[in-house]
Formats: sequence, structure tokens, C-alpha cells
Amino acid sequence: MADLSVSDRIAKRAARELRDGDVVNLGIGIPTRVIEFVPDDLNIHVHTENGMLEVGPSPAADEVDPNLVNAGKLPVTEKIGASYFHSADSFAMIRGGHVDVAILGALQVDEQGRIANWAIPGQTVLGVGGAMDLLVGARKIIVTTTHTTKKGEPKIVDRCTFPITGDRPADLIITDLCVFRCENGRLILTELMPGVSLEQVKERTTARFEVAVGESAGERK
Amino acid sequence: MNKVRTAEEVLPFIRSGSTLMVGGFGLVGAPLTLIKALETHDVRDLTVISNNIGEPGKGLGKLLRDGKIRKAIGSYFTSNPEVGELYNQKRLEVELVPQGTLAERIRAGGAGIGGFYTRTGVGTLLEKGKEKRELGGLTYVLEFPLRADVALIRAHKADELGNLVYYKTARNFNPIMAGAADLVIAEVDEIVPVGALDPESIVTPHLYVDYIVKAEVFIDEVLKDG
Repeated sequence: MADLSVSDRIAKRAARELRDGDVVNLGIGIPTRVIEFVPDDLNIHVHTENGMLEVGPSPAADEVDPNLVNAGKLPVTEKIGASYFHSADSFAMIRGGHVDVAILGALQVDEQGRIANWAIPGQTVLGVGGAMDLLVGARKIIVTTTHTTKKGEPKIVDRCTFPITGDRPADLIITDLCVFRCENGRLILTELMPGVSLEQVKERTTARFEVAVGESAGERK
Repeated sequence: MNKVRTAEEVLPFIRSGSTLMVGGFGLVGAPLTLIKALETHDVRDLTVISNNIGEPGKGLGKLLRDGKIRKAIGSYFTSNPEVGELYNQKRLEVELVPQGTLAERIRAGGAGIGGFYTRTGVGTLLEKGKEKRELGGLTYVLEFPLRADVALIRAHKADELGNLVYYKTARNFNPIMAGAADLVIAEVDEIVPVGALDPESIVTPHLYVDYIVKAEVFIDEVLKDG
């Protein structure tokens, strides 16, 4: 555990949220890593918006098929029971509520749990991909993100300065410092990562949040 | 009617000012042979409806670099930085559409649907200028169908009638684009006799397909080229 990168610690925590039988869509970045931490005995079905269900892990270098990729255009493999479908069907699955969990990255999350993950102000906005569709359609939204930017600026903020991806709040936000549940337009801190104090979270968060840390909070120091 | 043609034979259907749909998710499932043929075809001011505009200098990215594309309609152009450069120089118009909305607009264009309401984009910058409506307690935006003069698509196999089957994630936008253009040209890895494809496996029935061109350019070669 100590050897895991910050991203992988977040991904590993996110993997614990998945339930047997879930249909899961993984975004680019930290979300893609979640699949590495799913226990072997947990059967999840990975959906990718470019038109595939039962996405398997990345292939060995000599087994790459350039026509078999995920939404990040990275090579993947086919699990037993896989199927392929066109883009309109793929997004009908997403908007139609057939995807149980979407794990998304975020540039910012506001204190109502709304996320910004597609555009940066002042820069030409030329990519949105499937982010907005996933946000409106997946039954559960889990955000995985570092708690602050590389420069140390808070990403869990009172108000997003970046354009939001939709008006639907996330259900859960997992960072390298803590876990927030989003309920009725409020953030509730439910878990501190091992070795992290509430004061540290408060220092690096500009969003208002409530605290309801349970017994399973890990090794608080 | 024999639908099999060479790329050179079908190029004259694409004229300056034409609106094209081009299949593919990046280079995956893109009709690379037809795109390559367009490099030497004298056209300008194309409107291209495609999820991305290839990669820098590759696939549609080559046509962009050569100044043949006037407008791009798609969901994710970030993977080709030259799109942003040309856009900032006002040499390219861009219409950015959420990917699911793009796919559904194309599907609607081929299915005789005049428009549809979707939740996607509500409350964001991309709802600008769109009609909003409350339905069942939720807010939706109205989106309109997309159509093209010519669709260039890629499939794995065609029979001589034009029935198509696809290969893995190279399917993506191709089957829906087959419905949404006045003329549909399918590039395929292999052409087989009628009856050789299992009817249950056919994804695009032949009535959508006007011409079939045998592929001569493949993704692994394009990815390898510098």
C-alpha cells in the first residue's frame, strides 16, 4: 500500500465502492486505474462509450489489436461474454440508466457536488467527448481526483470557476485525503484517508462540508 | 447492380462544399483508404461530421492540414491540436457536440426524426441557444438531426449486395452514419459473395450502402508512419 502512487491510492479506494454485477464506465486518468484494484472474485462488467461491454485489461505488447481500444484510445482486451455496439446504442445505454456506475475524473467539484471536467476558461474548448452524457445518465457517479492541483490549489471548491459538466451532482468524491458523500446538495466528509487529519482537509478545501466520520475511518493520527 | 468500385471511381461524388460524415473513433474504424484518396482529390470547403478530426497529419488530420476542411462537427478535437490552432486563426469553424448527442443526432438524421430532447448539456455552456423544455419534472434541451451529402464509412466485410459486418471497436459511428447521408460509400477489408454472411450477424443491411470499396490502407500502417 505504501508503495502505491497517489493516483493508485485513490483508484484502490474507488474500487471498494463497486458491487458484484455492476456495469461500470471508467473515465480517463485515475478512473482507468480502478480496474487494476478490483478483486478477482468481484464480477464487474466494464462498458466503454466507443461501443463495447466486457472490456478486459490492457494486452501484452505483442497482443495489441489496434482496432480494440477503450474511450481513451488505449488498447484493451475482450473478456468472455463481450459484445460490441454502435455509438448511438452505447449512449442510449448511458443516458437510459443502464450503466450502474460511472467513475469520472474532475478538474473541480463545487460544494453541491457538481463537477467541472471538460473545459478550462480562457482556453479554446474543443473537446467534451462523453463526459456530459455519463453525468446525466449513469445511476451512480463517483468522482476520483487529487484533492488539490499540482500547484496545491483546492479542487473541492465553493464554486467552480471552470465550466460545469452538468447540473447533476456526483454521489461520491474520493480524493487522496478523504471521501465525501454528496446528499441533498451538500458535501459530507465520511472518511479520512490513513494519516490524514481533518485540519489538513479543511486547509486544502474551499467548499463547505459537514463531517460524519464513522468508525471505519482508518488510522487517524 | 454491382456496387463495387475503386476509391478513384467514387471520389467525384465528393465536391467542394460537400458535407461529409466520416466514421471512426480517432483512426479506429475510420475509412483510411477513402481519406487517403481524398488527399489528391481537388476539393475545398468540406464540412466534416466525425467524432474527431484524426490525429495530427493522420487520417482526417491530413485533410485538415491541407486546408480542405472548412467546418468540423464532432465531440472531441482535443486529440488533434491543429484543430485548435486553425480555429483560433479563424480558418476553421467548429461545432462541439457531446458524444452521445452527436451519435443520436446522426441516428435521428437517418431515421426520419425531426428532433429530440436530451438531458445532456443542460446547465452547461453547450445548452446555449437551444430550446429547453420541462418533461416529467426534468429539464431537457432540443437537438436536431444531422445529415450529410456523402458518408464515408468503414466495415470489416461486405457481401456484394452491400450487407456489412464490423470488427470490434472499429464499429463505433459507422452503422449510424450509413443511414444519415444521401450517398454511402463503405470501405471494407474483404468483399464476399452474397450468402456468405450469416444474416443474423449483419449489422448494416445493404439498403443503406451505395458503393463498396476494398480497403488498401490499414490502421497499423498509419499508426506506424512517423
